Amino acid sequence: MKARRLNRRTFLATGARIGMTGLALSGSSLLLQGFGFGDLGSTIEQASKLTNSATKSFTAVSKAMEDITPEQEYYIGRTIGAIVLNKYKPYEQETGNRYLNLLGQTLARFSDLPELFDSYHFLILDSAEINAFATPSGLVFVTRGMLQCCGHEDALAAVLAHEIGHIQLKHGLHSIEKDRITKATSILAIEGTKNFAKSDIANLTSTFEDSINDITSAMINNGYSRSFENAADAAAVTLLGRVGYNPAGLIDMLRIMSKQLKPGGLDFAKTHPSPESRIENLEKLVAETGAQTPAASQQRRFEAALKGV
Amino acid sequence: MGEQFSVQVRDGQVRTKPSFLGAVIATVHYGDRLAVVQSKESWVEVALPGSKQGWIHLSALTEKEIILNPNAQQVSQAASSDELALAGKGFNKQVEEQFRKQNSQANFAGVDKMETFRVSQEEMAQFLKAGDLKPQGGAA
Repeated sequence: MKARRLNRRTFLATGARIGMTGLALSGSSLLLQGFGFGDLGSTIEQASKLTNSATKSFTAVSKAMEDITPEQEYYIGRTIGAIVLNKYKPYEQETGNRYLNLLGQTLARFSDLPELFDSYHFLILDSAEINAFATPSGLVFVTRGMLQCCGHEDALAAVLAHEIGHIQLKHGLHSIEKDRITKATSILAIEGTKNFAKSDIANLTSTFEDSINDITSAMINNGYSRSFENAADAAAVTLLGRVGYNPAGLIDMLRIMSKQLKPGGLDFAKTHPSPESRIENLEKLVAETGAQTPAASQQRRFEAALKGV
Repeated sequence: MGEQFSVQVRDGQVRTKPSFLGAVIATVHYGDRLAVVQSKESWVEVALPGSKQGWIHLSALTEKEIILNPNAQQVSQAASSDELALAGKGFNKQVEEQFRKQNSQANFAGVDKMETFRVSQEEMAQFLKAGDLKPQGGAA
């Protein structure tokens, strides 16, 4: 545990050497400058210099985490995807997955973040749990249990748009950040200008692993904060409107979900605010909130594609 | 004037108009520097070789210069600059490979397969049309 923490601590310095991102680099050098001067002495000037530089460092660290390049986001996302697919089996049905990608990739094109290092990809998971996940790099997973909460294409579009909202708002990456800022500030104070030349890849991999753990524990085990969920719902409402779907589809889906969620379950029952509270929040954003009548052309393809799911 | 952006995605499409429904006239690649002609909401018109011009979505671009194979000097240069980013550094293929060695149960083959699910522009247009969907505003 101690070794792992040290690795997390060396993260920024290691990142600087290997070249995390331009910002990470400048952040680290700021920190090193701040804590590197030899004689801390007792003058007020030096004390205030230190405080000043610590504040700057704090900002720089948090900025650096926000500024992970799309390329690095891609490797983080692939790995989270590989962990999800160890926990859940893919649902091997081509028609359903193809439809999910047609719908999801089309929606993503109209989002505020249409371009990713690779692209958005969607997959059905063979599980009765009511669950959905999105990695920072655009991999979106939806369980069969979740699909069963969707009575029409508007509702399914809403589920995918909510996940796209998490990606666009970088909620996954933010769950690394929280943990790291506090650690990173204490790290460099202790480690000072120590040279981290040895085994960069090993250190980086271990920090990589820790970052992945930060994200998966928020995404799979504990859930994001209520404000992140509300923000993803709001982003979904905007996106649905842009593409021409009825945002009230999200409310329809949540009404079914509220009947099907089992109290104490480890799925959305644990990781999301209750459907009722999400509906309450959505009613402020959506004009018409009654039950929706889906368009016939959409309903035909929706039923054909998800038959048997 | 004279502003340049770098492509921050693996492959980016340059289109005839500021919309994903516009025809693709060129593909640009990670690290390419593009001269900005003008911008309109989230779209940027860029100059292409052969005095052509086209539109690319802002989310495919960064203001930073991306260095594809940085040498030691560039790594240290990047340390004092907000204007440089280094490609292939930090969390990269090498780190993924190391992670895979240590976590053999992670299902990367499943992810590789998922990455093959691609939808073409024509298929998207057809999907919208068949569903009577008429998008307005936004990125497209």
